[in-house]
Amino acid sequence: MTTTIKTPIYLDYAATCPVDPVVVDKMIPYFTETYGNAASRTHPYGWAAEEAVENARVEVAKLIGAEPKEISFTSGATESDNLAIKGVAEYLRDKGKHIITVATEHKAVLDSCKYLELRGHDVTLLSVDNDGLVSAQQVADAIREDTVLVSVMFANNETGAIQPIADIGALCHDRKVLFHTDAVQAFGKIPIDVQAMNIDLMSISDHKVYGPKGVGALFVRRRRPRVRLTPQIHGGGHERGNRSGTLNVPAIVGFGEASRIAREGMTAEIAKTKELRDYLRDRLMGEISHVVLNGPREHMLPGHLNLSFEYIEGESLLMALKDIALSSGSACTSASLEPSYVLRAMGLNDELAHSSLRMTIGRFTKREELDYVVELLKKHVERLREMSPLWEMVQEGIDLNSIQWSAH
Amino acid sequence: MAYSDKVIEHYENPRNVGSMDKSDDDVGTGIVGAPACGDVMKLQIKVEDGVITDAKFKTYGCGSAIASSSLVTEWVKGMKIEDAAEIQNSQIVEELSLPPVKIHCSVLAEDAIKAAIKDYQSKQGAGSDS
Repeated sequence: MTTTIKTPIYLDYAATCPVDPVVVDKMIPYFTETYGNAASRTHPYGWAAEEAVENARVEVAKLIGAEPKEISFTSGATESDNLAIKGVAEYLRDKGKHIITVATEHKAVLDSCKYLELRGHDVTLLSVDNDGLVSAQQVADAIREDTVLVSVMFANNETGAIQPIADIGALCHDRKVLFHTDAVQAFGKIPIDVQAMNIDLMSISDHKVYGPKGVGALFVRRRRPRVRLTPQIHGGGHERGNRSGTLNVPAIVGFGEASRIAREGMTAEIAKTKELRDYLRDRLMGEISHVVLNGPREHMLPGHLNLSFEYIEGESLLMALKDIALSSGSACTSASLEPSYVLRAMGLNDELAHSSLRMTIGRFTKREELDYVVELLKKHVERLREMSPLWEMVQEGIDLNSIQWSAH
Repeated sequence: MAYSDKVIEHYENPRNVGSMDKSDDDVGTGIVGAPACGDVMKLQIKVEDGVITDAKFKTYGCGSAIASSSLVTEWVKGMKIEDAAEIQNSQIVEELSLPPVKIHCSVLAEDAIKAAIKDYQSKQGAGSDS
């Protein structure tokens, strides 16, 4: 019996996920039947919508050990990052103007910090080690009198590297500096406890955990300390004034359901995803030579795998892999011609960054799909290396670093 | 990114992949680009009586870089070296319908054929000194 494999095979779960059919079923009545505005206090349509939103809020809060009141719904994690960073910076402007973050953060964090820098804030960008990790000691050394916020992502989107969040949280708590984490990749994938980890603000998104796009949340701590921020979107004062705008009720209902499924199935899902990821990693690294793992071997998300195939340029490899949906750290996939800044910050040279592929595994990935991916990669890596002058030089024993290349 | 049919065709069926003996006096070798920039092209020509009788390439780079070098090896076979030296990157851009972001691939292919001709000519010059 042969199993038929549907192509393109989806290995880009870190970018987004299909919505779980259970989640879709739960959402549908909120488009056509229970369609009230959650802010309408004068009739049953509004009451039902509000109740649905509050039930979802409880589910989202439960997944991270928060109180429901500490969850503010937003349009997604980019907005949450903007709100957390700009909102805290603006609120605490008179207290201090120093912010600490990390070179490998998502652009939503880096560009929010850059925005503040242009308006008089001082930003310290911490470097990472070869695994992409930052230490609590680095944060401790960077904290100053006027530091108001530390923002360190929970797990990196490109490599899956998990930062020492509990250590950094404890440190910030001791030093009385607010701690924000962009937990988009980690949320729903690994256990998160905002209490135990001393997290003050946390950005999360729904579409990475099998819910719909267009909804996210910001966790804002209410006790010890009570975190205050200046809203960035003004209007009707929804979400305790943190974020005005009519709530996207169907999406929020989906967010709640996706959170419930993630919480109840987490232990089993971690084991299953990790087993598949390790299988893919071990086969690729075992059956193809000169493959480099980008990121740590431990301390990483269960579904991430970032590999560089030496002496092959990433985009040419992607062209051969058109039956597989994945992403590359190669410059050619972006409008700028710079390769991945995350991999560069980890000390990878440009060649390795250009040759990198990110494969992310999720709930619906099957082992047969991974077997197909391995066979396809083996075939095309060999073909492209036969075509690569760098591979030829290495076979002849030439050290590529000894050559004077003509930059262009 | 969407590729033109011609780029895909060259990428999937590249012409003249391979290497010739660098030390052969009739062979000119051009290696251009840098790994850090994401493209390295090696283009070799074999010349007899001023005519390019064979051409080979190896390219590390994106699909457009592979297609550009493949196309150039196809073009130069049978050309006089003076004519091959006249190949312009704009001809490659036109033939492969390269978008602006890929023009550097065509520039590299032009540089590669010029470098190979120069290498061949310097070998000939060195040989005729005696």
